[in-house]
Amino acid sequence: MSGAPILSAFRQALGEAWAGGAGALLPLGFFAGTTVLVPLGVGTEPATLRAIGPGILWVSLALSSLVTLERVFQADTEDGALDLWLQTGAPAAAIAAAKTFAHWLTAGLPLALLSPMLLLMFQARASGALLENMGLYAIGGIAFYFWGGVGAALSATVRRGGLLISLIALPLYVPTAIFGALAMGDGPSSASAPLFLAATTLFALAAAPFAMGAALRLAAD
Amino acid sequence: MSVGSLLYGNNIGIMRGERVLFRDVSLSLSPGEAIVLRGANGAGKTTLLRILAGLTQAETGEVSKQGAHHWIAHREGLKPHETPADHLRLWARAWGQTVEVRQLLADMGLSKPADVPAKYLSAGQRRRTALARLRLEDRPIWLLDEPFTALDADGKSLLQAMISNHRTQGGGVIAAIHGEAGFEFDTQVEI
Amino acid sequence: MFSWFANPHRFVKLSDWLVPACYVLAAVGILWGLWQGLWIVPKDDYQGGDIMRVMFIHVPAAWLAMASYLGMAVMSFVWFIWRHEVADIAAKAIAPLGATWTALCLATGAIWGKPTWGTWWQWDDARMMSVLFMFFLFLGYMALRAAMDTRQKAARAGAILAMVGALNVPLIKFSVDLFTSLHQDASVITAEGPKMAAVYLWPLLISSFGHTLLFAALVMTFMRAEIWTRRAAQLRARLMTGD
Repeated sequence: MSGAPILSAFRQALGEAWAGGAGALLPLGFFAGTTVLVPLGVGTEPATLRAIGPGILWVSLALSSLVTLERVFQADTEDGALDLWLQTGAPAAAIAAAKTFAHWLTAGLPLALLSPMLLLMFQARASGALLENMGLYAIGGIAFYFWGGVGAALSATVRRGGLLISLIALPLYVPTAIFGALAMGDGPSSASAPLFLAATTLFALAAAPFAMGAALRLAAD
Repeated sequence: MSVGSLLYGNNIGIMRGERVLFRDVSLSLSPGEAIVLRGANGAGKTTLLRILAGLTQAETGEVSKQGAHHWIAHREGLKPHETPADHLRLWARAWGQTVEVRQLLADMGLSKPADVPAKYLSAGQRRRTALARLRLEDRPIWLLDEPFTALDADGKSLLQAMISNHRTQGGGVIAAIHGEAGFEFDTQVEI
Repeated sequence: MFSWFANPHRFVKLSDWLVPACYVLAAVGILWGLWQGLWIVPKDDYQGGDIMRVMFIHVPAAWLAMASYLGMAVMSFVWFIWRHEVADIAAKAIAPLGATWTALCLATGAIWGKPTWGTWWQWDDARMMSVLFMFFLFLGYMALRAAMDTRQKAARAGAILAMVGALNVPLIKFSVDLFTSLHQDASVITAEGPKMAAVYLWPLLISSFGHTLLFAALVMTFMRAEIWTRRAAQLRARLMTGD
């Protein structure tokens, strides 16, 4: 079995993301929009904003991933593309992983790239830490998108499955959110938390594709 | 199973909820043969075809295939922004084939809309695009769900020619068809 | 052993006498535990005085919250690998009951927490957080099953999700532990409290035993209802098709 179908699935998913016209703009807009609402709600005290900024961004990242994931597999079941992908002979898990990774690349990574700007708006001091945080948002985002992808694949045949995805995926987001927030805090575990975050992402990369693959086979059934 | 058959299904049965959709369906596809699946709406023609394709899990029975199959269904697998040329290039690549896409599009009567996104195509043009996949790679088994739907007279005779050509080369066809078959076939399976 | 239980008919026959027996023993265990807990054992002023007596519901509920999720995951796994119908029926029956006991655990915890720690909800308590997320896992499982259009699809989707959840529970627990260990000021809660005195231990064990039997009896009752429902639907479908 060659990797050609997997590569093609990846390529198609990349094309999909940009073809809608908006591409990464839609999730970026949502991400920035939910984030900037927070100071309006909790007040503009600089010390408060500086303290909660990184955590708010984790929450916004989680929500942004859920909002965009609904269509990732649902469109494929509706237009019949899923049937074709499942008949290529490539493992369903690999197809699912390729598509999810492409989705993270177009909808998740841009959010991480935007994070330094948003953190500055939250009164963070301009320093190298902003770039470190950017890396952490990128790594943690992969786990969000892969576990969220499990929810998306499971509810691919459910009309208006967005709420269902959220309910399924949010408990699975807990470790990433916690390690991510700890890594950016100044507590005693801020040194080890990035490693735990990376390990959590590796775990998601290893386990989630199989669940997604089984769920996609179910969606096509 | 009978020696030399391309596809063999034995005692296939499936339930949807507590409803038995069908049971004990057996069929065998020989090289050069064309089988038409018949049955009322909702009898399970499409489901049987999906079981044969390996997409749906049957409750009972088994399916064995000698060689790869092509799958053409009501939902063509076209993305809204995808042009016929894009679509064929994508699947040629996914299947590891190098195909002269422009020539193929011309053969399928799709020269004009070759670069038009699928959302602007007519149902017939979309169907022709899907049918063009049959020519991307030689595969002995064709599984076709209502293949003549939406095709105009030209398209119908094009598909008839493709099917008979495929059969003379030793390929087999199983088509789920409601109403006029639209092509010469050997066997009819009632569900 | 699983194959032996996998036959719905055998299960119904077995549960004919097992269910009533479980109900009776459960009532004895729970009532004895409550009687001991509410009237006999002395109150513990370190644990909030009389309010600590809620422990005789809270601790069994906490045990069942965890055990029921594990049970659901194991049943899902058995169904996924061997496709034994009874395993799926069991997983389906456990979910709402597990969610109920998990909610009971959270509610009694809050009631106990208010006078003892001065708050209904303590974000720094790893156990509370873990149980809360388990509650969400149950909710997601039930919602997903309900959204599927046939019982076969519900079984498959549910099994995948329950196994994914079970894989993640240790990680969730670990992350929550790390999260809460940072907040040392919450030492009243994070410490185990005074060593459990023997007077409490027996009523607690008997009460937990009773709750477990009640849980098992209810699961089996739900399973029987599901088996009859499926059988009725089968008959109805057969009548309609004239088979």
